[in-house]
Amino acid sequence: MGGQLAAVVGVGQTKHRSSRKDVSMAGLVREAAQEALADAGMTWSDIDAVVIGKAPDMFEGIAMPELYLADALGAVGKPMMRVHTAGSVGGSTAIVATKLVTSGVHRRVLTVSYEKQSESNATWGLSVPMPFQAPLVAGAGGFFAPLIRAYMHRSGAPRHIGHLVAVKDRRAALRNPKAHLHIPDIDLKMVEESFMLWDPIRYLDTCPSSDGAMALVIGNEEVADASEGPVAWVHGMAMRSEPTMFAKRDQVNPLAGRACAKDLYTQAGVTNPREDFDCAEVYVPFSWFEPMWLENLGFCAEGDGWKLTEAGATAPDGDIPWNPSGGVLSSNPIGASGMVRFGEVAQQVRHRAGDYQVEMKTGRALGHAYGGGSQFFSMWVVGSDKPTS
Amino acid sequence: MSETFVAEHALEYPGGYTRSVGPVIGRFLTGLRDGRIEGVRARDGRVIVPPTEYDPVTSDEIGGDDGDWVDVGPAGRVVTWSWVANPRVGKHPLDRPFAFALIRLDGADTALLHAVDCGSPDGIVTGARVAPRWRAERVGKITDIECFTVLADGEQPVAATPRHVAADGAGDADGTDEGAVTSMNSAFRLEYRIPAGAATRRYLNGLAEGRIVGGRAPSSTEVYAASRGTDPKTGEPTSIEVEISDAGCVTTYCVVNIPGLSELAPEIPYVSAQILLDGADNMMFGLIRGCPVEDVHMGMRVKAKWADELKPDHRSILHWEPTGEPDAPYEHYKDNL
Repeated sequence: MGGQLAAVVGVGQTKHRSSRKDVSMAGLVREAAQEALADAGMTWSDIDAVVIGKAPDMFEGIAMPELYLADALGAVGKPMMRVHTAGSVGGSTAIVATKLVTSGVHRRVLTVSYEKQSESNATWGLSVPMPFQAPLVAGAGGFFAPLIRAYMHRSGAPRHIGHLVAVKDRRAALRNPKAHLHIPDIDLKMVEESFMLWDPIRYLDTCPSSDGAMALVIGNEEVADASEGPVAWVHGMAMRSEPTMFAKRDQVNPLAGRACAKDLYTQAGVTNPREDFDCAEVYVPFSWFEPMWLENLGFCAEGDGWKLTEAGATAPDGDIPWNPSGGVLSSNPIGASGMVRFGEVAQQVRHRAGDYQVEMKTGRALGHAYGGGSQFFSMWVVGSDKPTS
Repeated sequence: MSETFVAEHALEYPGGYTRSVGPVIGRFLTGLRDGRIEGVRARDGRVIVPPTEYDPVTSDEIGGDDGDWVDVGPAGRVVTWSWVANPRVGKHPLDRPFAFALIRLDGADTALLHAVDCGSPDGIVTGARVAPRWRAERVGKITDIECFTVLADGEQPVAATPRHVAADGAGDADGTDEGAVTSMNSAFRLEYRIPAGAATRRYLNGLAEGRIVGGRAPSSTEVYAASRGTDPKTGEPTSIEVEISDAGCVTTYCVVNIPGLSELAPEIPYVSAQILLDGADNMMFGLIRGCPVEDVHMGMRVKAKWADELKPDHRSILHWEPTGEPDAPYEHYKDNL
């Protein structure tokens, strides 16, 4: 990884819920930011710059969150910017913030992302008709369900694989007090009997709509070394994008995702992700995206992702736990969801994940986010120790 | 260019967004509903109106204790102003010429933006004394003050009348006559004029003739159906017009069981598919009808069902129907999944 060293020195997030009518958007982001500052042992005045992210403007009708939220985030008189890459934005926001540190520009950067889905309707926000264009008359799931069908056809995966992920991640969420969904009696039967929304996607194969915020404090090497608590060192970070549609596009296993992972692994010296990571937090908004991303991220050969899921390899007690926090399937404040992935792996390598802490062997973990029509990717690797390469 | 190909487009969330206002802004709005104006005291002692949730200098929470709150106004002085000679009805606060003014209310250290109804630019000066004209039906919004008016020497402001709630409840923003205001509705509308562009015009004109027209870039052999103006791989314009078949195959699809996703949605269940047309190299979205949803499958051959009356509009293709031909082999479409 180029530039100076950087580490996550503070993490904060809200308890995710379907609705937070008791606070404004400012109040919501503030909760996460204050928890991250307290975790870092800092106050507002310690922060050099603020980087904020949220998903598309039509979701809440806030076109300039960086303007509205400057005072709530202690950014008065400091550099503040907004990052915007659809559903992957939480990840790319964390990366932009971290690059302000690795570049040597700032020593301590606060980065925050959020969504307050209850103020609007994301399905509407994602499907605003455009003039002259035939609309996709099927909603957001109607975009992704055909890709899942194509994956099933390509790989020969049996129909219950997605349901296994839906159960696994909801069971994991029971150990995470901040997860939105807590379904104590979740099991395969419940998922199989849930309503078929977009065949092959059933209701319990989908993520919830959440209000929530996530915040990280990124420090440079000097700040991280002086930190009283454990920190999560950044070992690599990468972003890639591609058009929603082009001739002979691999929509199931997008090139941008593969290229992003390759770049990331080169930076971090990762040769076998299944062995080199202790866990991963990966953006899985529809259950079937676990096996699809297992392949896209090189955890197995193409076509074999579902076999890892079926064998329990990605369960909290498997050899490579995916989404031990419960993942996007259990909490989805869209703009924050990518940063939640990035922050949850930081907590794991800091041994701060509480009841959903996984066993640390290599001390490294992968955080991942994607967005748009499987076209924006952002990823990072964090570790308990300073990177050696 | 025909006028048909410039669209009037509006972005507007139906019914307006919700805004949960939080306790501080909520208290200010509750005050307006009750006909009074409250400011909040910042750490440096300044009184901020309208209040902010966080101190503009220290970022501390403010407004959490009753002691932080100060009654201000209702009269104040104009700090600066700008004349609106041609107000737009329904968009500006008044339907007659008025001033937008920054007004420092008595007891406040910051200025509030509002309209001043003063007839002509001669009716207002910086430093003028102004006072609110309250509405009778107040809902907990800044527009509970209809506008400000200029006070004559010695004239006293008129207090708000007791709040009146309309018989239909329209004067009741949060649905509860009593208690604090906790949310408001935020209407939001952006209007655009969108020209179609060359590729889309070409495509729409083709539809009006019952043809599907695409294009390709000079340096590529790949043909883009519909209105792709550029080749996404090279960035070049798809300047070479290519006629594409109105038949092709389903590459992948889903069965939608959710009603009401779009005004164009048929009755559930229905099939939304990706379709690869003969002669095209990219997929299109389309609805498959004319057979039971259970019969739809990957590789199924389909053809456009055209409207009786063709127009330069995407609705000239109603949906896609099976042709009964043998399925396309997987090899034919596997690279477009």
